This record gives sequence, structure tokens and C-alpha cells, in this order.
Amino acid sequence: MRPFEYALATSPADAVSRYQPGTMYLGGGTNLVDLMRLGVAEPQYLVDVSRLPLDTVEPVGDRLRIGAAVRNSDLAAHPLVRGRYPMLARSVLAGASGQIRNQATVAGNLLQRTRCPYFQDVSKACNKREPGTGCPAIEGDHSNLAVVGYSDECVATHPSDMAVALTALDAEVHVTGPRGDRVLQMPGLYRLPGGEPQFDTVLGPGDLITAVELPEPPPGVSAYRKVRERASFAFALVSIAAVLDVGGDGVIRDCRMALGGLAHMPWRAESAEEELIGAPVSDEAFARAAEAELYRARPLPRNAYKVPLARRLIVHTLRELAT
Amino acid sequence: MAEITLQVNGEQRTLSVDPRTSLLDLLRERLGLTGSKKGCDHGQCGACTVLIDGRRANSCLALAVAQDGRDITTVEGLADGERLHPLQVAFIEHDAFQCGYCTPGQLCSAAGMLGEAGPSYVTEDLLADPELTAEEIRERMSGNLCRCGAYANIVSAISAISAVGAVKP
Repeated sequence: MRPFEYALATSPADAVSRYQPGTMYLGGGTNLVDLMRLGVAEPQYLVDVSRLPLDTVEPVGDRLRIGAAVRNSDLAAHPLVRGRYPMLARSVLAGASGQIRNQATVAGNLLQRTRCPYFQDVSKACNKREPGTGCPAIEGDHSNLAVVGYSDECVATHPSDMAVALTALDAEVHVTGPRGDRVLQMPGLYRLPGGEPQFDTVLGPGDLITAVELPEPPPGVSAYRKVRERASFAFALVSIAAVLDVGGDGVIRDCRMALGGLAHMPWRAESAEEELIGAPVSDEAFARAAEAELYRARPLPRNAYKVPLARRLIVHTLRELAT
Repeated sequence: MAEITLQVNGEQRTLSVDPRTSLLDLLRERLGLTGSKKGCDHGQCGACTVLIDGRRANSCLALAVAQDGRDITTVEGLADGERLHPLQVAFIEHDAFQCGYCTPGQLCSAAGMLGEAGPSYVTEDLLADPELTAEEIRERMSGNLCRCGAYANIVSAISAISAVGAVKP
């Protein structure tokens, strides 16, 4: 690991004021420390933001404000999250292990990097790690990489489960930084890779996430479902966060849907939502909604399985929510 | 170098550390506490699990410099002198290991897990405090791998302890 200077930030403003080129913020470290050990991340300055007083979950009117330094396990165990945003609790519990959830923070979860095998291996080319070197994943092992929204430069997927649920919940990400404060509505924290896959998010140098704010829970019932290669402690092949509100007449009044494991960012399934709202509940409607979203998929040879998997997961989850 | 103070198994230790040092390397190389094991060094196997302020954590992913002031319990700190921790007794009684390499991590992880509130991914009712069934234990212990495959007996050892009430380390 390359040498670095360590400093413990005392406030968000203190953290931001310590920013200079070569600085990275340290949360729980469950991804960043590993990337530093692998040589993928080489900060010269590490500003520890894990002990900032951003570690509470508080109601703000009908909304819920989650501090950036709240541990993943505390978020999932919080009574207001379990009671009002069960899909969020489920998504957090679907990720990582008990140990990692105890260490990892909310902002760190959002800003974790892709687990693309080439990104994590410094002996390989990777446009995300070293722009301009190429993307061996397109010809190589892309079995768990993107099927929508990717570019010729990068087919990485975003690994967070929590971010998928936050996307379906219209969560806001609150950011402070050298250029002032701003609010990004999910999935607007993230971007597609395009020609600059080195940027996972729209955050600029020195920007620091301070909180995630959830609007009032949407009406209806919700679920988070995750398909993976083993029953626990594995990243999603495909995942879904869905909320369905069905009227007494069997007509869908509202639907929110986001998909994980398919793209460089959580994928809000707006076309599927449009297809469903106003339609009567039926397997045919669910299949049409899945098709409306997935027709744009351009799978590579070794990840083509993700498209039918996502289709079936969408239909299965909606059917479950409708009954 | 940075100076940090830790409580390790009840003893206060002040050390000067290179910021790159993991908590695991500090425990093993500087303090001679070799119970915590280095399996993968990537947070994937759980052999390095310790309790930080009573909560289980992968010590390989924790920078020692970031733990200043914290209370660390390793497998060496679970027993009360010659009296083994109930989980250690249960692991022996249930034959819950073969080579033993993952065992310190399994023990610390189980000790932390038994004190954790709330549901897991397999809990049906998110609002209820679930009973620790075998399915719950398997899900909650999924961060600890055992390459000998002693899982069946690890689950039964932990079940035996959880049946008599949560045990705090």
C-alpha cells in the first residue's frame, strides 16, 4: 500500500477544508481499504469522515433523514426504516455480511466502486481505473457486467443493493463541498460511463455526502428481491426494488421500480412504470412492463442470461406484490 | 507515524503506527495476538473477525489508525481467565471445527451476532425480533467461511447457545 497522510475530520466543513488533490474521504473502509491494498486506489491524503456527527436517523416531518456516517447495520435495524421503508431495510440486509454492514457507512455504500474483475486487477487494462487503456471485459469476463447503458469504454455495473432501493424511493442525496451545498435526486448521484468511465458519479473534487433524505413512503406494498450465485454474501446478478399500489378495482394506481446488476448505475425502470400505471393487474401486463424496459438491453455473449433473468424477476416480484 | 490508544481485551495499549497498518496486522505483529487469522485479507472470509466496541468487524479492512480510542476484543479476550466463553464450550461440545483456522473468527462473529438487534435478509416479519432458527444463523454467519465445511456443527453449537439467551462477550 502506498504511504498516505491520515487526518480525522471534526466536522463536514473541516473535512472539505482539508481537501486537496490526492485526497480521499474514508468511511468504514470496507471497500476503500481493500482497493488501497490492491493498488487500485492510491490516495496521498486520507481524511477520515467516519466519526463525523452525521450518524443519526431522524424524522423530518413526513420525511426521514439518514446521516451519511450511519452504519449499514444501524440503518437496517432502525425502527422507522423497518416500519416505513421495509424495502430499504431489506436491500441493506441483502448486501455484504454482518461484519461489513457493521463497518460500512451509508455514504460509503453509495460510493463503493464496481467489482468488475479488471477494475480490481492492476495488471490488467481498465478505462475506469486508467482512462485510455481499454476495456478487456468486453471481449473477456463480463459475466456479471452491464446489459444496458454501457459504452464501448466500460461495461461495469454498480454493486450497491441499497442504492437500488433508494432509487425506487426517490431519495435525495445531500452533498456539501468546495462549491457549496446541493441536493441530487436518485439515481442522479450516478452517471452512465460514456467516454469517461473513470467517473462513477457526478460529484466533483472535495464533494462530501452528508445525508440521504427519503420523501414520505410511496403508497402500496414493496419488495426487494436479489438473485445471486449463492444464498448470501454475494453481489447481485440482477436485483429489483419495487412498490406497487393496486386499487380495489384491480387497476394499478402507482408503481415504482428500480433494477440492480444491469448497469453502471441503479436503473430506474420508468418505461415499465408507465406501462403499469392505469393497467389492470395481470401477468400479461407485468410481462409487457418487463419488455418495455428490457427491449433496450444489449447483452454481451456471456451475460445474455441477465435479460430473461431480469424479465422473470420483474414478473415474479410484481405478481407477488399484487397478491 | 501516528500515535493511537486502544483497549485490547481490557488492557490499554498506546502504540505508534504507520497509517497503512491494518488492525489485524497490529494485533498479530505488534501485540502478538495471533488468534485472529489472516485468511483472504480482503474482507471475504471472516477469519480476522474481532469485536470493535462490541460489534463484530473484519479487522483486515480496518485501518488501525482509524480505531483510536476504541475497545477491541479478540478471540484471546473471550474467555474469562481459564473459564472458556460459553460459545467456546459449545464449539468443543458440538465438534464445530476441523482444522480450526476459521474458528477464532467464527467465535468472535457469533459472539457479536448474538448481541445484534433486528431482522436479517431471511426474516419474514421485519418488525418482530426473530427467533434464531438454523436458517437465521446461517444467514447471519455468512461472512465467515469454513473451508473444512464444519458449517453443520457450527450452526448447532451457536443454536445451543442462542437457546439459552443472548450471550454478551
